[in-house]
Amino acid sequence: MKTVPATSNALKLDSVTISLNGRTLISLNASINPGEVLTVMGPSGSGKSTLLHALAGSLAPVFKLEGTVRMGTTDILTLQPETRCMGLLFQDPLLFPHLSVCGNLVIAIPRHTAKARAQRQALAEDALSAIGLEGYGPRDPATLSGGQAARVALQRTLLSQPRALLLDEPFSKLDVALRQEMRALVFDHARARNLPVILVTHDPEDAKAAGGEVFRLDQ
Amino acid sequence: MPSWLRFAPAVTIALLMLPVAAGLVAAILPAFGYFPALGGTHVSLAPLMNAASQPGILRSTVLAATTGLASTAIALLLTFTLLACLWDSKGMAAVRRLVAPLLSVPHAAAAVGLAFLIAPSGFFFRLVSPELSGWTRPPDLLIVNDLWGLSMIAGLVAKEMPFLLLMALAALPALHGTRRRMVMASLGYSRGAGFFVAIAPQLYRLIRLPVFAVLAYASSVADVAIVLGPTTPAPLAVRILEWSSDPDLSSRFMAAAGALIQVAVTLGALGIWVLGEKLVSRSWLYWTTSGRRSAGGPTLRLAGLALSLAPMITIALGLAILIVWSFAGAWRFPDTLPSSWSLRTWMQLGEGSVELARTTLWVALVPTLVAGLLVLGCLETEAATGRTGGNRALLILYLPLLVPQVSFLFGLQFLAIVLGADGRMISVMAAHMVFILPYMFLSIADPYRRFDGRVLTVASGLGLGFWRRLFQIRLPMMIGPILGMLAIGIAVSIGQYLPTLLIGAGRVPTLTTEAVALSAGGNRRALAVAATLQAVLPFVAFWIALAVPAFLARKRRGMQVR
Repeated sequence: MKTVPATSNALKLDSVTISLNGRTLISLNASINPGEVLTVMGPSGSGKSTLLHALAGSLAPVFKLEGTVRMGTTDILTLQPETRCMGLLFQDPLLFPHLSVCGNLVIAIPRHTAKARAQRQALAEDALSAIGLEGYGPRDPATLSGGQAARVALQRTLLSQPRALLLDEPFSKLDVALRQEMRALVFDHARARNLPVILVTHDPEDAKAAGGEVFRLDQ
Repeated sequence: MPSWLRFAPAVTIALLMLPVAAGLVAAILPAFGYFPALGGTHVSLAPLMNAASQPGILRSTVLAATTGLASTAIALLLTFTLLACLWDSKGMAAVRRLVAPLLSVPHAAAAVGLAFLIAPSGFFFRLVSPELSGWTRPPDLLIVNDLWGLSMIAGLVAKEMPFLLLMALAALPALHGTRRRMVMASLGYSRGAGFFVAIAPQLYRLIRLPVFAVLAYASSVADVAIVLGPTTPAPLAVRILEWSSDPDLSSRFMAAAGALIQVAVTLGALGIWVLGEKLVSRSWLYWTTSGRRSAGGPTLRLAGLALSLAPMITIALGLAILIVWSFAGAWRFPDTLPSSWSLRTWMQLGEGSVELARTTLWVALVPTLVAGLLVLGCLETEAATGRTGGNRALLILYLPLLVPQVSFLFGLQFLAIVLGADGRMISVMAAHMVFILPYMFLSIADPYRRFDGRVLTVASGLGLGFWRRLFQIRLPMMIGPILGMLAIGIAVSIGQYLPTLLIGAGRVPTLTTEAVALSAGGNRRALAVAATLQAVLPFVAFWIALAVPAFLARKRRGMQVR
């Protein structure tokens, strides 16, 4: 598989504070170097997903967000969600149900990477081969197994050439064997592409596999 | 989200409130004799006195209130009975599927169908004649247009029950039926008793506004009253229409006074209803705390089921009879079915009907599309700002459904005449939009709000901007609810009688105005053709709204219509 040029930009969170009705949920300073993982741990309801939504630009309007998040010289919080280049993975693969497997990948490829339909198609098929799903392109995403769908979701994110990965308990719905495989796959890709990663989880095993700094949220 | 989209809620609110407000003002002023454009320069009570001195006016007024209250109460009771018999059972799914097509049947067509069933020369009498009844000619009975408005009440019940049922079905999931039924069953309550104790009070609270809308509608309805209601005297709304079509100017002022009285009647009916609520809730409390655990045995359940399904079966049967009549050749009285069939009526009326159908469709499609864009704009703004507008927005949405149509449309007609906008198709379209928008919004709001926002977050993470997220992800994923919303807009528009008649000034004839106009005449076959066409169009719209998503989803299991 082709590797996208490494971004080699760190993701720098500078006094990022999220509050709800005047109550501070999260307050965080962090710098995540390319290829490194920051693990944010906390019980459910502690607002750890909220942090990812804030970075992705889909924070519900009731929350108040302060601070800066730098990627190189730009503060991504000032950008529209679609120009932030934050690749997201949730615990559900969230493949678009109305598109084919291939359609799910093609839609993620930026126009500047490939314009021609055939070229985009070819890139998507390469991406499928890379995860052992040759010929799955025309299939209905609802017919994939949990592990297959998770891998397609990862490839979809990578094809969009993100500058950072935001992971919201992406392994929690997989069974144990699959979980280890997916962890390895995701972190290997992130390292290979020099992507800074923020992983939100309540599973200590995830944190161990990620191997980076751990930030704990308390209720 | 582009910032101009944020105007959608303001435009929508204006669209819902301004016509109602302007129409009411333009009805109240002439009701007191003041409307310079039509020569009324002095404020006086003459129009009101005039209206009050019309023969039978008291009876007309009382009829409006009683038919409205009775039909709403019966429709609500039957809706609850049906739910009590079926909630949290397999039968519910079947009812759910039946509701939308039944709801799509226009009031006028349903009323005509009912008339064809229950008239002395109608289907029911033919069924029992001459073998059981001994009648060889239609008996001389006043059933349709009876003095007490009983057939009108029956028609309204049959038409309003599907609406209440739809609203109740939409509200039920919030009450966690399955869990509650298990709790009630473990306490020894039967299905029916459990429903009335544990579900009904809260369910009623959730559908209170729709119930009010039904009552407001039923107490001021014109088309059903013209087809089925008493004639000497007719309910108030029909009389207002008669006065307003009188070329004599003083009659117009009197009609404005009538429109004002209609507001009072509807308010009065709502007041009586609210009093009734208090009474019922008290006896409800008494009954539900009595510890009685069974609402009768299986016999009673079966009876309840039959009774509550009867209105819906009647509509379906009525439609079937409409179709039969439209193809009937010779059909003498005691014969159950025509002795010969013919296409003659269709051929004779063909061209005219096509023209009417075309007007009907245009008048439905344009406002539906515009209203659809407005509704989506509102919901997108809501998603972006996180503000739903709450109860106040809901009340504004229901405003055109709570104020008697005939009253503010009458004022709007005055305004339209002054502005020279009456009798134009575009004015009729604008008037339709006021009435279809609430239903369209209500039908799509829940699915839109329930949409998994993470899907859109993923999409924006992939670099998809607002419009691509909307057109490539959200709308295609919601194709079912979107087409359903459009079908509801079309169906409600096709059913509109008063806006078409009053704003169209009789110069924008549709299948609806045609069917109601023909119902007074003797040509059953022509009436059957108009009513059949009127019923078929919305049905086709609903069919498309179901078939297209199903077709698109045939290879996408994740999209399957639930």
